Amino acid sequence: MPFIVSFAFFFSYPLAHAVVMSFQQVLPDDVSFIGLDNYRKLWNEDFYKALYNNTRYAFWTIVVLIPVPLCLAVLLNSAVMKARHLFRAALFVPALTSVVVAGIIFRLVFGELDGSIMNSLMGWFGLPSRRWLADSSTGMLALVVLASWRWIGVNLLYFLSALQTIPRELYEAAEIDGAGAWGRFAKITVPMLKPITAYVLTITVYGGYAMFTESYMLWGSRGSPQNIGLTMVGYIYQQGFQYFDLGFGATIGLVLLVITLAVSLIQLRLTGMFGKED
Amino acid sequence: MAKRKHKLVSFLLVLLFAGLAIAALFPLYALLLASIKPASELFRYGLNVRLDFDVMTWANYKAIWAGEGGSEHYFLWYRNSLLITVTFTVLCLFLSSMVGYGLAMYRFKGRNLLFALVLAVMMIPVEIILLPLYRLSIDLMIIDTIWGVILPFVVAPLPIFFFRQFALGLPKDFMDAGRIDGCSEMGIFFRIMVPLLLPAFGAMAILQALFSWNNFLWPVIALRTSDRFTLPIGLTALLSPVGNNYEVLLAGSVLTLLPILILFLLFQRSFIQGLTAGGVKA
Repeated sequence: MPFIVSFAFFFSYPLAHAVVMSFQQVLPDDVSFIGLDNYRKLWNEDFYKALYNNTRYAFWTIVVLIPVPLCLAVLLNSAVMKARHLFRAALFVPALTSVVVAGIIFRLVFGELDGSIMNSLMGWFGLPSRRWLADSSTGMLALVVLASWRWIGVNLLYFLSALQTIPRELYEAAEIDGAGAWGRFAKITVPMLKPITAYVLTITVYGGYAMFTESYMLWGSRGSPQNIGLTMVGYIYQQGFQYFDLGFGATIGLVLLVITLAVSLIQLRLTGMFGKED
Repeated sequence: MAKRKHKLVSFLLVLLFAGLAIAALFPLYALLLASIKPASELFRYGLNVRLDFDVMTWANYKAIWAGEGGSEHYFLWYRNSLLITVTFTVLCLFLSSMVGYGLAMYRFKGRNLLFALVLAVMMIPVEIILLPLYRLSIDLMIIDTIWGVILPFVVAPLPIFFFRQFALGLPKDFMDAGRIDGCSEMGIFFRIMVPLLLPAFGAMAILQALFSWNNFLWPVIALRTSDRFTLPIGLTALLSPVGNNYEVLLAGSVLTLLPILILFLLFQRSFIQGLTAGGVKA
């Protein structure tokens, strides 16, 4: 196995860099060591705003992006459904769109002009036009709609492939025992989908806390009014590349790391528990 | 009676999904439509979906072709994006397939540790290491070059993981047979295993190529000069400064999407496998 050494090299080389970098992060700045000053700086309004925005965004994406694709997958998987592959493909297409292009589209969809798609919709219902991206909650709505549009198709596929692994006998047995459609869904489908749900939940939370490009696209590089679209990564970007405070930027990164590690640990706990159940 | 009920349910479901499919494709349709209208329409009415054949024009596409309205580098961006995507995907698949295969097929010291590291890296979002990576790229003098965009992510944990899982399902007997026939270890990998791993290559090629083609966060940091930009960055550059480059912005977005959509129609299965690769562990 002489060439395994080379694999190890190719892999460990970048990894070593990652480790080195993680130590660099701990140093506030390699020009001077300023101790915990960066951490003290975290107690400010912008940081809380970013954390709050990410949390809110993660929350709403979870609310939309788990139950909706799950139910759609069940419906799409039902025996009476027709043209399954066609619909699956159509719902999947948005996932191919880059966040940049999607951002360009949704920036215009949520445009301020009366003729923009959202305002036309409002017009149909007899409601006045809005400046969607100028307000905190409608701005968040735009972000969540953008995320939902891009992700429903992908999550649907996750659930769909998991559904196909559920043994048919379970449903047959339940039917014999007199369980209705709702009972079968709640007592068989949902529990059997737990592992994949845990996975989708994790990537959604990750996506929620690591979100940056979406907000960058909707509001541009100079940031949003009253920071309604500021995110943790956006804050890193702003501090690091606009104010050149690399040390503080790295500190924000570490906070983000702690959050994602916590999420991973929770996920491991959850999947570990499923292991015991089996 | 039951049959008629089934038919009704089926009809309602198809109706529901047809509505959803339209909702999913609608924004892209709006983009396409806006790209063949003059930007003055966009400013006057916003992004709308009125079919108005009188105002439709190819002028925006012609403007891109002629390099007008801030798009003088558009085809350079296109070339850069293509170059980066192809180089990145080829290198990434080459390296991570070997690592994944090695992890699956050989027993060696530290194998479990190595695999644990792969999993650990998979759980750390890249956003966290942006700034250290930026400093490193400056030190390595690869900032603002194609390599600066490619190298940091060329060994990716998810493909390694995927190749490992896939290789675990391959029979080890083939390796022994190859050895008996005097094949080198490298020969076994390239002649016997790579053909068996082809479906995994397809899925991962698409995942990584799409990632690279659409990637924004790192390239926007790593690239500084306009003629070195990739498409996503070029497009955002059209958007920000004075904000009146919508003609080329929309047409440029459509041209960015086009190759992916065509590939998707051709290789739907690999796309779906690739983009849901993360779920294999669940």
